[in-house]
Amino acid sequence: MIAPQDHQDPQDHQTHAKLGRRQLSHRYDGLAKVTGRAKYAAEFPVENIAYAYVVQATIPSGTIASIDQAAATRAAGVHSIITPFNAPKLTVPGNVNILQDTNVFFSGQPIAVVVARSLPEAEQAAKLLRIEYKAQPAKLDFNAVLKDARAPKRGGGDSHRGDPQASLAKATVVIDQTYSTPIQNHNPMEPHATVASWEGDKLNVYDATQGISGAQSSLARAFSIPPANVHVQCPFTGGGFGSKGYVWSHTILAAMAAKVAQRPVKLVLGRNQMFGPVGSRPNTSQHIKLAASSDGKLLLQQHDSTCYTSLISDWIESAAGATALLYDSESLTTSHSLVDLNLGMGTWMRAPGEATGSVGLEIALDELAEKLNIDPIQLRLINYAEKDPRQGLPWSSKHLRECYTQAADRFGWSKRTAQTGQHREGNKLIGYGMATANYGAGRRPSSAIVRILPNGRVFVGVGTQDLGTGTYTILAQTAADTLFLDPALVDVKLGDSTLPPSGGSGGSTTAASVCPGVYDAAVKAKLKLVQLAIADTQSPLHGAAEEDVQTKDGKLFLKSNPQRSETFTTLLGRNGDTPVEAIATSELAKDRDTFSSHSWGAIFAEVAVDADTHMVQVCRMVGTYDIGTLINQTTGINQLVGGVVWGVSMALHEETLIDPTFGRTVNENFADYHVPVNADIHQIDVTALDIPDYKFNPLGSRGIGEIGITGAAAAIANAIYNATGKRVRDLPITLDKIMNA
Amino acid sequence: MNPFNYQRATAPDEAVHAVSARGAKFLGGGTNLVDLMKSNVEQPTALIDVTHLDLTHVITSGNGTTIGAGVRNSDLANHEIIRTKYPLLSQALLSGASPQLRNMATTGGNLLQRTRCYYFMDTVFPACNKRTPGSGCAAIKGFNRNHAILGASDECIATNPSDMNVALAALNATIHVTGPKGQRTIAIADFHRLPGTTPQLDTNLQPDELITAVELPAPKFAKHSYYLKVRDRQSYAFALVSVAAGLAMNGNTIQSAGLALGGVAHKPWRSLEAEKSLVGATPSPAAFKKAADLAVAGAKPTEHNAFKIELAKQSIVRALTLAAQGVQA
Repeated sequence: MIAPQDHQDPQDHQTHAKLGRRQLSHRYDGLAKVTGRAKYAAEFPVENIAYAYVVQATIPSGTIASIDQAAATRAAGVHSIITPFNAPKLTVPGNVNILQDTNVFFSGQPIAVVVARSLPEAEQAAKLLRIEYKAQPAKLDFNAVLKDARAPKRGGGDSHRGDPQASLAKATVVIDQTYSTPIQNHNPMEPHATVASWEGDKLNVYDATQGISGAQSSLARAFSIPPANVHVQCPFTGGGFGSKGYVWSHTILAAMAAKVAQRPVKLVLGRNQMFGPVGSRPNTSQHIKLAASSDGKLLLQQHDSTCYTSLISDWIESAAGATALLYDSESLTTSHSLVDLNLGMGTWMRAPGEATGSVGLEIALDELAEKLNIDPIQLRLINYAEKDPRQGLPWSSKHLRECYTQAADRFGWSKRTAQTGQHREGNKLIGYGMATANYGAGRRPSSAIVRILPNGRVFVGVGTQDLGTGTYTILAQTAADTLFLDPALVDVKLGDSTLPPSGGSGGSTTAASVCPGVYDAAVKAKLKLVQLAIADTQSPLHGAAEEDVQTKDGKLFLKSNPQRSETFTTLLGRNGDTPVEAIATSELAKDRDTFSSHSWGAIFAEVAVDADTHMVQVCRMVGTYDIGTLINQTTGINQLVGGVVWGVSMALHEETLIDPTFGRTVNENFADYHVPVNADIHQIDVTALDIPDYKFNPLGSRGIGEIGITGAAAAIANAIYNATGKRVRDLPITLDKIMNA
Repeated sequence: MNPFNYQRATAPDEAVHAVSARGAKFLGGGTNLVDLMKSNVEQPTALIDVTHLDLTHVITSGNGTTIGAGVRNSDLANHEIIRTKYPLLSQALLSGASPQLRNMATTGGNLLQRTRCYYFMDTVFPACNKRTPGSGCAAIKGFNRNHAILGASDECIATNPSDMNVALAALNATIHVTGPKGQRTIAIADFHRLPGTTPQLDTNLQPDELITAVELPAPKFAKHSYYLKVRDRQSYAFALVSVAAGLAMNGNTIQSAGLALGGVAHKPWRSLEAEKSLVGATPSPAAFKKAADLAVAGAKPTEHNAFKIELAKQSIVRALTLAAQGVQA
């Protein structure tokens, strides 16, 4: 563990909780999950339920001319069939297809819903619908229309500094290449699912979501009812990775179907329905120019990225975003352009922008390092950004140098041979590669309720949701750390819109947002308890000064005289046997405009490439991350490891294949849409510096959810080059691309 | 999925009789057929479950071995006779699918596994001669990276996805079937078909014929065989190219050879010319390269799969080299 100056806890340990002091040794919800007691949205039993099946367009562009539903209506078990020709009009149509018009923008777009007694009956009836289209020519070939790329309608967050032409003229070495990444789909284990039931104008929903608040407000708007009338529950989300951050059509359609069919409706998307209708990571084509002087100083960084966007709305995979801040260079230009295609909407997918952008930039840096004959780590250190190059603001905390050092040591980077193709073991060509990881740190205000109960337990309630990331665990710890008691005494309730609001779980903001909210509520509740004791003539703490009363292990005591103490249970028992509770909303740092906050990391890869078959095995991944306080060892490291695994996937496996004529995803199943299997994942060694960032947030924690994927794919690509001398700039790096490079 | 009737057969004759009803199909492990029923590619009116027939034994018969058609892939791969006398088959089986699928899939069913061509598996694509004869082939102008380079036709470029079949081809197996006209045997080489103008027919099995057993001849390659599977990830992926290589050695001379390729054709691609070229040769890169060239002679790629030609050659040399060395996969 590294302990630099700003590592010191600035406050008294009794008034400032250092998170992670009282760790839960296991996941709060682990037992419930492995025993099946943890219920996911589609698993809640609802009486008299009907099943909805979403019918999808089979053409990529045009309009629906007619839907003959006579045969389907007569089919066994059918309750209702909802089409654009009979769907109830919603007040806010929104930009996802909810059957408000007959336009078709992509193959797979929801165009009707069949509600039946059982799912097989609904599916069978759907087959009997006679759908006539008026097809229009579709735009499907990205490369063919790349030259027609346009600026995003609402701007692309472009950056510019210095004098690019002058800097380029001074350079001795220039890298000028194009890098590309494919369309990907999230595929959380739990499919998207909504169970909806109406009681009058009150709507109850179980929804698989990354944001119960967003689901609540979207449903309220769509059906013109007050948000308070919409009760959304989602105690567990089986992964989202961004795809459950947006309220997609199926959520609205489930509520619409329940209304039309006049009974509760369950709508669960099939795996094949998750390729398109619930968002994709757009592909990118990234043109990168790096110009440097012979000593390795970057003079110009130019990063122009183009991605596809749907015809429904603009969505930018901001691949060039992080380039503006990662390395110092006197000149820089970044831009984003869009190509309109008849495909489903783009959306957030784990580290949107950074995951793809780090592929281009970090491979380009590897190419530059080779040309300059400078070690790749050294090149990054030469261009280390001591402050945020965008506005010149200081970092709230940055220990990327320690990340490089620690990860390089653990990896054994010193054994690398810069020359390619030198390390051979039998038929295996061995290579080492590395890259920088980074992701922005964000937080939002978040509310919480903390209730100290007469039985000695503590209840924490937050209107957030746990995607499987560990939110339950870290909130139990936060309350325990603040009240100085055993985290096993804390009960946490999440995923219910009647709890104090918190916002969506995305952008690696959850931990940094919800923990301070619980901390503030716990501090307030503790103060109430202290005040109760002071005012209670029968308490041994009667009349004491507030600041002299502290808590530990379920007891109040005087700092000046620890003998004077009593348990929470005794105090509350004597005072009506009722709980003490407080609600608080965390505030953002007042000086937050005076610094810039990011998480950092260094990731290293060792690969073995078969000389005959060109198959790649990632033998080792070693990463060290500067993510502020590591709140929980188990869940935090697991988040990082999961990100690294996804980096392997991105480098070698994952690609959504869209047929160029029909616009359909051809590999919409887990046999053909490849993600790594166990045999693809060998050793992964991930460490966190665990240096709190108290400027960013009172608990020192920045987000941890996304950074793991960033840089990882580039590190593998660079390792493959080191092994084989073959530079593949188009992901995924399949064996045929290595063969043909 | 269309509604269908289900019947559990207790004897092969009963099964054959039941399946003669229009639109009925045999049900083995269901790992392929049921998937295709869910996506409406297969729409049988009835399923005749043959997993309760007494076809689950692996027995020595004369110098050879007879495998019941109902033997599950996991049981077959791990059977002592197969592991010791036909390791090539064991390796091929274990390289396929996942443990869960292998626990279900049967020997007979695996022989009838249908192609993984994207355009065959999604009924929204209007053109697939295999699914709808005469409709065309969407794969020829679509994604054909996984498709055939050998023996394809203008009507179909699909591949046979099985690993087991490739090993059976190299081992020169014989398929035993029973039908309304009695029993017959089909050599593995004649069992699967090339697409030609009738790609809807994967095999020469008649619709009312039931596979009862697979017979392996006397083991020749127990000491020198290797199944090499080249694919896009380390497990649970279909082969881009696979090679089943078996050598019978007399000292340092190749006495006989079995060589078949997977992932390259509508059937397991056994090359008699390549096998013949190896007989009498001493194991060497040149001899193996020659066999590789012969095995893929006449290969014709489509837009995305030209790499398979060179990949197949390199893989053949590698597999033969490892087989000669006596390395076990």
